[in-house]
Amino acid sequence: MEHIRTTKVEQVKLLDRFSTSNKSLTGTLYLTATHLLFIESSQRETWILHHHIAAVEKLPLTTSGCPLVIQCKNFRIVHFVVPRERDCHDIYNSLLQLSRTAQYDELYAFSYNPKQNSSEQVKGWQLIDLAEEYKRMGVPNANWQLSDANRDYKICETYPKELYVPRTASKPIIVGSSKFRSKGRFPVLSYYHKDKEAAICRCSQPLSGFSARCLEDEHMLQAISKANPSNRFMYVMDTRPKLNAMANRAAGKGYENEDNYSNIRFQFVGIENIHVMRSSLQKLLEVSGTKGLSVNDFLSGLENSGWLRHIKAVLDAAVFLVKAIAVESASVLVHCSDGWDRTSQVCSLGALLLDSYYRTIKGFMVLIEKDWISFGHKFSDRCCQLDGDPKEISPVFTQFLESVWNLTEQFPQGFEYNEAFLLQIHEHVHSCQFGNFLGNCQKEREELKFKEKTYSLWPFLLQEQKKYQNPLYNPDFSPELTLLEPNTVSFNFKFWRNMYHQFDRSMHPRQSVLDLIMNMSEQNKQMEKDIKELEAKIKRKNSQSDAVLVKEPLQSAPPAPMALKTSPCFKKEQPLMPVNDSVRTIEGSNTADNRYSEFMEEFSKAEPAVVSLEYGMARMTC
Amino acid sequence: MEFAELIKTATVESVLLSGAGLPPVRGTLCITSHHLLLSSRPGGDGAPGTVELWLLIRNVDAVEKRLAGSSGTITLRCKDLKVLQLEIPGMEECLNVASSIEALSSVDSVMMMYPFFYRPQDLRLEAGWHLFPLEQYYQQIATQTSQWRLSGVNRDFAACPTYPPAVIVPAAVDDEALRKAARFRQGGRFPVLSYYHQKNGTVMLRSSQPLTGPNRKRCREDELLLGTVLDEGERGFIIDTRSAQAAKQARMTGGGTEPKSSYPRWKRLHRPLERGRPLQESFIKLVDACNDTSLTMDRWLSRLESCRWLSHVKAALSTACLAAQCLDREEACVLVHGAEGTDTTLLVTALAQLILDPGCRTLAGFQGLLEREWIEQAGHPFHLRCARSAYSHARLKQEAPLFLLFLDCVWQLGRQFPFSLEFGERLLLTLFDNAYASSYGTFLGNNEKERCLCKVKESTHSLWAWLNQPEEKRKYLNPLYSRNALVIWPSVEPQSIQLWQGLFFRWIRSSKYLDEAWAEIQRLVENDDTSVEESAGNRRSQSLSDTAAQTENER
Repeated sequence: MEHIRTTKVEQVKLLDRFSTSNKSLTGTLYLTATHLLFIESSQRETWILHHHIAAVEKLPLTTSGCPLVIQCKNFRIVHFVVPRERDCHDIYNSLLQLSRTAQYDELYAFSYNPKQNSSEQVKGWQLIDLAEEYKRMGVPNANWQLSDANRDYKICETYPKELYVPRTASKPIIVGSSKFRSKGRFPVLSYYHKDKEAAICRCSQPLSGFSARCLEDEHMLQAISKANPSNRFMYVMDTRPKLNAMANRAAGKGYENEDNYSNIRFQFVGIENIHVMRSSLQKLLEVSGTKGLSVNDFLSGLENSGWLRHIKAVLDAAVFLVKAIAVESASVLVHCSDGWDRTSQVCSLGALLLDSYYRTIKGFMVLIEKDWISFGHKFSDRCCQLDGDPKEISPVFTQFLESVWNLTEQFPQGFEYNEAFLLQIHEHVHSCQFGNFLGNCQKEREELKFKEKTYSLWPFLLQEQKKYQNPLYNPDFSPELTLLEPNTVSFNFKFWRNMYHQFDRSMHPRQSVLDLIMNMSEQNKQMEKDIKELEAKIKRKNSQSDAVLVKEPLQSAPPAPMALKTSPCFKKEQPLMPVNDSVRTIEGSNTADNRYSEFMEEFSKAEPAVVSLEYGMARMTC
Repeated sequence: MEFAELIKTATVESVLLSGAGLPPVRGTLCITSHHLLLSSRPGGDGAPGTVELWLLIRNVDAVEKRLAGSSGTITLRCKDLKVLQLEIPGMEECLNVASSIEALSSVDSVMMMYPFFYRPQDLRLEAGWHLFPLEQYYQQIATQTSQWRLSGVNRDFAACPTYPPAVIVPAAVDDEALRKAARFRQGGRFPVLSYYHQKNGTVMLRSSQPLTGPNRKRCREDELLLGTVLDEGERGFIIDTRSAQAAKQARMTGGGTEPKSSYPRWKRLHRPLERGRPLQESFIKLVDACNDTSLTMDRWLSRLESCRWLSHVKAALSTACLAAQCLDREEACVLVHGAEGTDTTLLVTALAQLILDPGCRTLAGFQGLLEREWIEQAGHPFHLRCARSAYSHARLKQEAPLFLLFLDCVWQLGRQFPFSLEFGERLLLTLFDNAYASSYGTFLGNNEKERCLCKVKESTHSLWAWLNQPEEKRKYLNPLYSRNALVIWPSVEPQSIQLWQGLFFRWIRSSKYLDEAWAEIQRLVENDDTSVEESAGNRRSQSLSDTAAQTENER
């Protein structure tokens, strides 16, 4: 590739991110068209996808070489020291070029070849069928119907083609309403609750300014409330802080005036905008990346970043929505400004709390396809897939995953998937290796023919499903509780160490309970299978020998346990602790991993001169 | 003193009991000399009343009363952090009940405590008291080296009132020298062996501060004692749990630290750990913040920060790791002390042993460790330190939650190494509860001498006897345990240290779903063990040590 000047640099050092000493690993750095690869002398490999690179920084030259710091979108941070400045400069420039892509067809997804034939590729894309999903929810029905108004993306470019609306909402109402909504995103169905007959609907803000009205839009909302026979009142949730919504009025946008719409209850829930979220994450990463962090600096940094406050706000909003539906059987219309960020968060989390299907592996894929991908969350802009406006970048989807993680912590048996599943999805939202998350909306994806040129992520995740299963999952988890009622008291929100320090191995628990359990149940299944096979074998043998020796069975029985001991499952035994490619499970531990030890190393190097210990000590106490 | 004098009203009818997460119950309240009982009224058909509350009055930390009209509400804040409300009809009754509970809960005499009256049927008085004799610990060491001896210098508590009658000291130092060294150490706590690291024969000692004072006094016997610990050319580390500044200042009041000139082969490291009143205040602030569920995220985080509890946890763990590292990696002997040598010193020595020695990580081994490093051998003043918990309005005297801090650190180790401790969170909670209020004599008094005077071992039951009954013991075991012979080095990054929710939120939030998940884990593991008992168990531990050995080798 034209951007690559140097493909291989030897004697590169990889520094430990949190080490205060100069402890490092030496290895060779390779640059390929898609990855940056570091192979340690111990043959351990670190692969970094170019698309994962968020920033590359060249630090001032030091005596040991030229430092190169690479920050990744999956929160990996690597610190290389390249011996020659020239090489460092070449790699730096190449990475700058390679990590910035100008066009979709240069993305990894277009060159990634998983060795599937085209029918498998098509099948992969058909795995998640949203029409099927709406059917599962119970629509179309007497009150809701499929509308073809947006067939050619004429009414709203960023919506999908298939939209479900109240039966009483005629085409003129839809068209009129869409003209009164920012980006034409008029109110449509996101989730239908069969038992309560209530709906979660979503839209963008109305173009109400200070006084504008739109009869069709008012009719549209009325149609939604009429489509719910259990409660004529409906909630309109504006997920923005009130101040932001009011400021929008000056720009001819704004929020619904309760006086103009009959039977609505209007509510602000105060989730901050994408810019606040971006800088919040920035602050969080600065804190968590600090070397030699004290507990107090960590906590005050966590507070100042506001990150957990935002996560709580998102989950609180979802809880509000769920209460309206579950307690009052009222339909809820959710919007923010454009209705693709906060609205996606709140609608999808609300559905997840209401419906246990979304807490299964397949269901979670469906939920993401529905509320995020099809309804036009701008993955390309938010994740900076193409070189674009840095102000459009925002961790909105990451927040969604983090909210789900917080729920899995509160309900350890409520989810079929585990943390690894959430992390893997996060990984691929940024990897641009699969077509699902590319682009900003369905129209764009169709025009660029992603389904023909790229592969869908979901079949690959399903294939390795075992890795993502929560061994504690109980499908009948409190049947009366298909509804989850999370406790959103502040102390229930925790810093997601496995996300933000996924690659900092020294920080994690050294033994993983879930992995152990997962392997145990896996092995038990295998053993049961083996026992069955052996029993069948014995039966066959017995029936053979029966023909010859009548009394033999008594003696042929004992070998069974013997056979069990040497049964295939022991030979092809997987290590009980999954030594999977992720570095998250670490068994045992050593002092070198931890900072308390480095001071010691410093003065053990100084041995036997006791005097220099003084130096190490001074650093320890300061 | 008669308890009856303190009880102004013994029974009150129709009292409404409520507490977080419990449905309110109405019943008859009885006050006995040691307990508060509430039994709900028998049903109309003469059904027997059920006892809804059986509270040890010693557990009550603060009594708050609020009168409204003809009735009153008493809020009982307990030492185990539980909060209960009693709604009592009748103003006078309410005041009487409150003052009775207050009077009974502030009885300070050890001999009047409940353990002296508690006589369960299925336990023998003498059971559990002599499970972990120091002689036995010494015998283990004696099989490896002859450099240590068991000394009876403190037989009548003459050399050191807070040490037990027997201590392990260097064989080369005679009792007379020990007596002299004792005079040079605060409270007579001369350096004694706390832990022998079998892997390389290094030892950890503990003591109190030397009484160097402003005139830089020296003591030949003390120097000799520490000198004989080190072989020719070896060096050792003194971990002082005070800052260098504080250690220097201690000279003004007669204390101090080992000057390099007199102890040339000992290298001093200062690792300040919080103790005393600031630590108690940290505990109070934390509990206060945890009880306020209306806090916004920002307020919660800022209060969590300002109470500093997690900083103390981190500091204690890092210092223990440092001690462990000196022993295991540097192969150097370590002496740990702060000022009195009865608080932070024990925190460090006990944690270091848990990190280094797999023997301490079993249920029995942990009990032995507690006896050696906190109770019998070490003389942590439980009676003073655990007199009051986080709610008390009484003026603080010598209270400090060092033992709780230790339990918290053990919990952190358990979180990071979920298969390496044979006991679970429940044991730690039980120990916390019993340290502050107990039916058993184990945590009574401040040291062995006091316990001897009060005849604790003769007249009370041991907590261990109760815990170790097979039915009871099961509850405290960690189903995931698999013996891990390696040193367990925890991460001490702030991101790795967590607030102990199981303790601090025990009575505040429902843990139903977490408990159910834990029961499921237990079920899965037990199923596994019964179906494929041997093989799986073995392999689990094997693969554990395999991978761990690998990481060791990598280094």
